[in-house]
Amino acid sequence: MFLPFLYELRRRGVPVGAQEALSLAGALKAGLHDSSLDGFYHVARALLVHSETHLDAFDQAFLAHFKGMEGAGQQLTQELLEWLRDARERRELTPEERELLEHFDLEELEKLFQQRMEEQRERHDGGPRWIGTGGASPFGHSGHPREGFRVGGEGAQGSGSRMAMRLAGARRYQGYRGDVVLDTRQMAVALRKLRAFAREGVPDELDVEGTIAATAKNAGELEVVTRPPRRPNTRVVLIMDVGGSMDPYAHLVSRLFSVAKQATHFKELRTYYFHNCVYGRVFDSPYLVGGISVPDLLGQVGRHHKLVVVGDALMAPYELTMRTNAEGRYDPVEGKEGLVWLMELARHFERSAWLNPEPPQTWRGNTIQAVKNVFDMFPLTLEGLGEAVAHLTKGRMVRGRR
Amino acid sequence: MTSSPSRFRGTDTYLSSEGLQAAVNCALTLQRPLLVRGEPGTGKTLLAEAVAESLGLRLLTWHVKSTTRAQDGLYVYDTVQRLYDSRFGDGDVRDIRRYIRMGPLGESFASKERVVLLIDEVDKADLEFPNDLLHELDRMRFRISETNEDVVATHRPVVVITSNNEKELPDAFLRRCVFHFIDFPDQELMRRIVAVHHPGLDESLTEQALKVFYELRNFTRLRKRPSTSELVDWIAVLKANGVTNMKLDDNLPFLGALLKREQDLMAVAEAFGRGRRTKA
Repeated sequence: MFLPFLYELRRRGVPVGAQEALSLAGALKAGLHDSSLDGFYHVARALLVHSETHLDAFDQAFLAHFKGMEGAGQQLTQELLEWLRDARERRELTPEERELLEHFDLEELEKLFQQRMEEQRERHDGGPRWIGTGGASPFGHSGHPREGFRVGGEGAQGSGSRMAMRLAGARRYQGYRGDVVLDTRQMAVALRKLRAFAREGVPDELDVEGTIAATAKNAGELEVVTRPPRRPNTRVVLIMDVGGSMDPYAHLVSRLFSVAKQATHFKELRTYYFHNCVYGRVFDSPYLVGGISVPDLLGQVGRHHKLVVVGDALMAPYELTMRTNAEGRYDPVEGKEGLVWLMELARHFERSAWLNPEPPQTWRGNTIQAVKNVFDMFPLTLEGLGEAVAHLTKGRMVRGRR
Repeated sequence: MTSSPSRFRGTDTYLSSEGLQAAVNCALTLQRPLLVRGEPGTGKTLLAEAVAESLGLRLLTWHVKSTTRAQDGLYVYDTVQRLYDSRFGDGDVRDIRRYIRMGPLGESFASKERVVLLIDEVDKADLEFPNDLLHELDRMRFRISETNEDVVATHRPVVVITSNNEKELPDAFLRRCVFHFIDFPDQELMRRIVAVHHPGLDESLTEQALKVFYELRNFTRLRKRPSTSELVDWIAVLKANGVTNMKLDDNLPFLGALLKREQDLMAVAEAFGRGRRTKA
């Protein structure tokens, strides 16, 4: 009975498969859900979702799939709904009554509601206690309570027993979705994947295998062999677009930069800035001073450095074709076009990625498309950053030679 | 309903939500590892202790560090000791078993009774670490290659794994676990948590402390938001010093117990100092 729900989940990008289906079936067989929708919600969430980034999608799928079944546990009686159908207008409340109503919280309300459900046997309008219309009781509709459940009437929602639907409906996990733009910690997590290790430096770690081999060769006389410890071996060049069309993303990009700088797992991190497009020179600060020319940079860093460019790649088309020399000055005769400078960068590194804060839907029919032909481009979201990092850590490949 | 030997319902000192109980019971019934994630200070590690306490089982803890390898959890073959003994003639070096030391995971398998095994902060270790444990956690057995002996769990241990999400865990590993994400407690639950840790605390102090605490948590400029454990500590300090009333401004008592970063303290002083409060 829950199989269509699994397909609903898959449709929403929650990776569930046969293994999840089997374990859920096992749990249901063992009666872990206590034969209630609430129980099912919790059990299914524990078994089908493996990451908080999918919790929101799970809640949405649950809402969509089980809408209409929510009352199954404890039905509102048809009669009760009848009473509520033709509502009476509410009366004014005395200040004391109003005061009283301010103080209900959800749990109390739920308890009260269930209690009333059991006690109430007749239609009731206009009073402060029973479930009815036009009253001051927190239950019912067209009434005057501050906090309470809407029972029946338009919208027809709010039975106290619909815990799971209410939980799912609250969408409390929206902030953890994988496809929203990043926060600092998530960025740090994503960047951490870039690390790689190598043994270099002073040999001060005991190499057990080596020691055994050497001792054996030495006819049993103990011969201790040491080796250098594992150290991070990733070198990164990070270049960022500043100013102009990038202003709306300044906050986002500066967070990425601070995270990258704090990361301790890079052997070397170089950060540079440019404006609009790389014109022969990248700069040390966002105010476009200092810096290094592109040929010098390419001379200093090896092919195994990872190049990450952050920019929206949106500019006037002529800015891509403007010719500049290696000093960054306009030079229509000797200079190279902006796009050519980008190609030189892309060609030098074995692995490079361009992170774009503009949403991917807008990447066609403008300068982004041209830049995208030079660099592998990824959206600047958690997912995009993850993909970019995966791309950077894959084997070697040289782009731009096609 | 089949006979579920023991259901987890939280303990006197560990308050759990319905979702958490469901996740723990799934893990118990299906005999899968339970993976717990959530903000620091939401009681991930304490959960394992609570599970052990409520089921009356022994708790084994394996604190994972950045240098931890999967092998360390199973067993360690103390070659250096054996070499040393062979050189200087102490003990019987022919018996390899004397130099095999069980790690926490190995110990939990070899144990005669059912135990709870906490693998704490699994994400601290290398990226490949969880993958190396897949087979052992699945089959609950491993082989000591030096002695050719199999260690098979007679009673599958209850495995609780916590992660701070510093690293993504591999999909294959995730698929084998029951997952629970511990939410940050809402005000009502927090009030009960505080009541558990500080029974008989003055009502108005609790109210004020919670109000300040949630105001601080909603203050977006903080780099590290205070968590449950910090609130509990803070209230302990307030209680010990007899503070009875306060409000969120620049001379909030013992703010250092809540905020751990200098920038955060400065940001709070700047935003809430001199009566410039955003909301009353």
